Amino acid sequence: MTDINTDQAKAERFDWDGAEYSARVNKRKRSELRLKAIGLTAIAAALGMLFLLLSSLISTGYHAFTQTHIKFDVTYDPEFINPDNLARSDYRGLIREVMRENFPEATDDDLRMLSGILSNAAQFKIRDRIVEDPSLLGQTISLNIPVSDPYDQLNKGLINRDTPEQFRRVNDAEIAAFDVLVSRDVVTKPFNWALFTNADSRFPELAGLKGAIVGSFYALLICFALSFPIGIGAAIYLEEFAPRNKVSDLIEVNINNLAAVPSVVFGLLALAVFIGWFGMPRSAPFVGGMTLALMTLPTIIIATRAALKAVPPSIREAALGVGASKQQVVFGHVLPLAMPGILTGTIIGLAQALGETAPLLLIGMNAFITAAPSTPFDSSTALPTQIFIWADSPERGFVSRTSAAILVLLGFLIFMNAIAIFLRNRFERKW
Amino acid sequence: MTLFAFLLLFAGAIFAYTLNLRAAQSIRNGGGNLHSLTSFHGMYAFLLVLIPAFVFLLVWLSFQGTVINALVQRSLPADVTAGLESGPLQLIMAEIASIAGGRMFGTPDEWKLAAADRLVNLRVTSQWLMVAFLLAIIAGCIYVARKRVSATFRARQGAESIVHALMVFCSVVAVFVTIGIVASLVFETFRFFQMVPWYEFVFGTVWEPQIPIREDQIAAEGAFGLIPVFLGTLVITVIAMIIAIPVGLGSAIFLNEFASPRFRSIVKPVLEVLAGVPTVVYGFFAVLTIAPALRVFGETWGLPIAPNTALAAGIVMGFMLVPFISSFADDALSAVPRSLRDGALALGATRGETMMNVLFPAAIPGIVGGVLLAVSRAIGETMIVVMAAGLIAKMTINPLDSVTTVTVQIVTLLIGDTSFDSPKTLSAFALGMVLFLVTLVINIFAIRIVRKYREIYD
Amino acid sequence: MNMYDTERTEAALDVKNLKISATGVNVHYGQNHALKDVSVQIQDNTVTAFIGPSGCGKSTFLRCLNRMNDTIDICRVDGEILLDGRDIYDKGVDPVQLRARVGMVFQKPNPFPKSIYENVAYGPKIHGLTRSKSEMDQVVERSLRKAALWNEVKDRLQEPGTALSGGQQQRLCIARAIATSPEVLLMDEPCSALDPIATAQVEELIDELRSSFSVVIVTHSMQQAARVSQKTAFFHLGSLVEYGDTSTIFTNPTDPRTESYITGRIG
Repeated sequence: MTDINTDQAKAERFDWDGAEYSARVNKRKRSELRLKAIGLTAIAAALGMLFLLLSSLISTGYHAFTQTHIKFDVTYDPEFINPDNLARSDYRGLIREVMRENFPEATDDDLRMLSGILSNAAQFKIRDRIVEDPSLLGQTISLNIPVSDPYDQLNKGLINRDTPEQFRRVNDAEIAAFDVLVSRDVVTKPFNWALFTNADSRFPELAGLKGAIVGSFYALLICFALSFPIGIGAAIYLEEFAPRNKVSDLIEVNINNLAAVPSVVFGLLALAVFIGWFGMPRSAPFVGGMTLALMTLPTIIIATRAALKAVPPSIREAALGVGASKQQVVFGHVLPLAMPGILTGTIIGLAQALGETAPLLLIGMNAFITAAPSTPFDSSTALPTQIFIWADSPERGFVSRTSAAILVLLGFLIFMNAIAIFLRNRFERKW
Repeated sequence: MTLFAFLLLFAGAIFAYTLNLRAAQSIRNGGGNLHSLTSFHGMYAFLLVLIPAFVFLLVWLSFQGTVINALVQRSLPADVTAGLESGPLQLIMAEIASIAGGRMFGTPDEWKLAAADRLVNLRVTSQWLMVAFLLAIIAGCIYVARKRVSATFRARQGAESIVHALMVFCSVVAVFVTIGIVASLVFETFRFFQMVPWYEFVFGTVWEPQIPIREDQIAAEGAFGLIPVFLGTLVITVIAMIIAIPVGLGSAIFLNEFASPRFRSIVKPVLEVLAGVPTVVYGFFAVLTIAPALRVFGETWGLPIAPNTALAAGIVMGFMLVPFISSFADDALSAVPRSLRDGALALGATRGETMMNVLFPAAIPGIVGGVLLAVSRAIGETMIVVMAAGLIAKMTINPLDSVTTVTVQIVTLLIGDTSFDSPKTLSAFALGMVLFLVTLVINIFAIRIVRKYREIYD
Repeated sequence: MNMYDTERTEAALDVKNLKISATGVNVHYGQNHALKDVSVQIQDNTVTAFIGPSGCGKSTFLRCLNRMNDTIDICRVDGEILLDGRDIYDKGVDPVQLRARVGMVFQKPNPFPKSIYENVAYGPKIHGLTRSKSEMDQVVERSLRKAALWNEVKDRLQEPGTALSGGQQQRLCIARAIATSPEVLLMDEPCSALDPIATAQVEELIDELRSSFSVVIVTHSMQQAARVSQKTAFFHLGSLVEYGDTSTIFTNPTDPRTESYITGRIG
């Protein structure tokens, strides 16, 4: 202290109002602005990517929510229909006949081409109608029949008519024939209910998500039934009862690590243990649900513990003070108060499980299955694996169907998260 | 029938509850001095019935299909099954199952029809047996529980110790999952190393898991060198991190220090959406939008960009990890005590300087932990790369080229009908082992760092 | 009655030596009216103590003097605060520059997780107060000496500041605050986290710092205010109750509330 003269210190006082200093401040302000700009750019980039993701899905996916149909008068001509075996009559021939009526001047070759306008399902649709009601034999009814994928694309304007013919999926003659139908006002584009009422198919115009939705539902049901009680049991034990020792430490570390194990490793576990060692069926939502339960378990345990921790100790002390046993306190007082938090965490965990794909691929839930499963033990796909199958399919029509399936999946996820957010906001309590 | 069995189970348990409750009540009404409340007697009986019966049902349901299949398979004519491998046999069984389900294609062989009949019969028998056993178990448990009711019986302690044991069991399940993962990986990897020496796997630089289909085929020997596959994983991880770290940290810094509360409350959840989108969606997005865009970009600038370039998968994965890193960084920055921030501001530091010179350096341990967890995610990420990356393993670090990854190989090797006896399928488990170990080490390390960091400022 | 007294004290102040003059300062935190119409004149080369029960607004007022309240989103400050005759809440005044001229030491020692040297050098570095490494070394040494810490740390300047003891950390924070040669040093209960020995050291230091700065100290310890300050202001429920020479306030308070507080009946 002694070596510093007070006056000298005062004399050395910096010139805060000098030009040099204000230039420096401006420079510092600019670098702060730059930092802000970098941060905003980063946010803009992330949000931009999200926007790009959603817009590319919506722009390709919305086409799949409609399907081009053509209305035809179909006569159940006994020439093609065998009344003794309605299921195995010549419906292809019947379709040709329908086309001949609509295009009287067409040659045989033309007719083959014209029949191709209709979906492969046309013959089954015509068949099912008469099998249902055999009295239709010899009568004429009007039927709305889906068209095959290339014409659906054409009708939705997804095929550019200006491209040279050899690069186009429909040639000039086919376009001309279709345009004739359009001009006759028989072509319609109603909502594509088949997307929800049909299961998978090789033909895009017939493929639907019913099997996948039912499969995912079963898998989630199993996942919930297993992971919810086990998760809560484990969390209550670890949070309220477990002695603080090496063993409970180990369990805790183990749960934290389990939450970060790659999902595909759970698939390997399921494949080796459930299918390989226990001999459970492949492709079954039951096995899928069990696998997803193992992955959801850590999420639920962690969420439940957090919810239990948030209940103030005073509640426990009050209940203990009136002579309740520790278990009565936990199950009677703490758990009900923690329930909203637990449910929120569970729903978020289930939403994650719904989008999980890799482990389901490994247990064979990417099989091509054309019927919705009737029990959780039947072979089935799930929504995310169905997306994977369709994304891998070469037909153009599957591109928009994949996007549509993704939109459906995202719809379910948004719904589940909305419930979770609602629960959190409705029941959240500040102590 | 299964539903009926579960209803039966609950009905039995509730019956046991009322039975014991009444019994206890009558003792009390008769002037007896009960040790436990009557409802605890009921609860004790309820649990005593519910748990064994429930476990029985689960076990039966899990294994009945397997057992029935084995029985049907054993009853197939010997001349049909002789010399068949597991693959074709599975096909036959699937056909029999579909006949049993009423779906026939053409006219099946007589013996298949017979087998289908047997299958249907066995299924029905199994259901009846299940219900019968279930009833026996329920009755037995009710009997035992009812016998216990007495004035001195400590029903509360009994019920609570059952509940306690259940909870312990639940906590141990998580440990069993880990044990299951390790056991399955170790076991199958061990079998793999019996066919392919471990040093070839660890040090080999060629990965061509195609093995000869016929005995006399000489074309492909099959090579199982891990290095090119893992290199591919690293290339994509690095690309993802080059995107995710700056974007994630940038947005965290802005949201933490500069954003108004309103901006933050809107943008933060929207960013989190990026993390909630299923990875299969990102995979499709990479194929549908990013890869073609990159190809067009490459054509305009004369860059040789492969159709399934590592860039497409890496970029998309990077954006997927942005909210992951940004929320970790945001938490870490918020955990820095306010007093440090005040200290810097009081010295006349701008907000930017406070952030970059004081808060950010102080938060680095927490941020590093988050970044490490993100790296582990990137390494383990599967669907994006399965859909958008390549299948051929190459010794390259060129991001424009197509590379394959550990997870891609696991999935492609195991998709479709597989038998657990060829090095091709077993190699997937060896890859899984590598994946598990690498991510485990990173995770343990990262969780340690994050926890240490929290302790500093708590 | 009271008002006249205040005016009389103000008149007695040496106007030439006036450093900070606050008039009609009101602070709102959202709906909460935290500081009500406070007017204080603070002199140069003087230790001014703000005392009062917790939540009385003394720290809030202190934080107005270097505009630290700006960093709280919901905080609103009205009124006029002049530093050397210039309104510090004027649009043209940059809080960044203001805070370099009005240093602050906080309740809890808050050294940055950097070396001792970097802690002290941080202020001069960002404000560009030195031109060379050797000049910076001098500034660091001088500040540490002034903070009476030099002898204890001169051999370990590169060690992290967080490794020091609590009292040393607080003196490091003081050194850090005076390294930019501020004109005013604000201290927000600087000894509340320290043990009695460290407190004594810091109090001694405050007295020495008076020769170079105007020091404003917030304290809840009346003994401390009596020991270190020449002027004392008593705050209660967001209002300034009484302001004057420390000796007067403690021996002959005019307001009954001040008397109650000093004799231990409120607080």
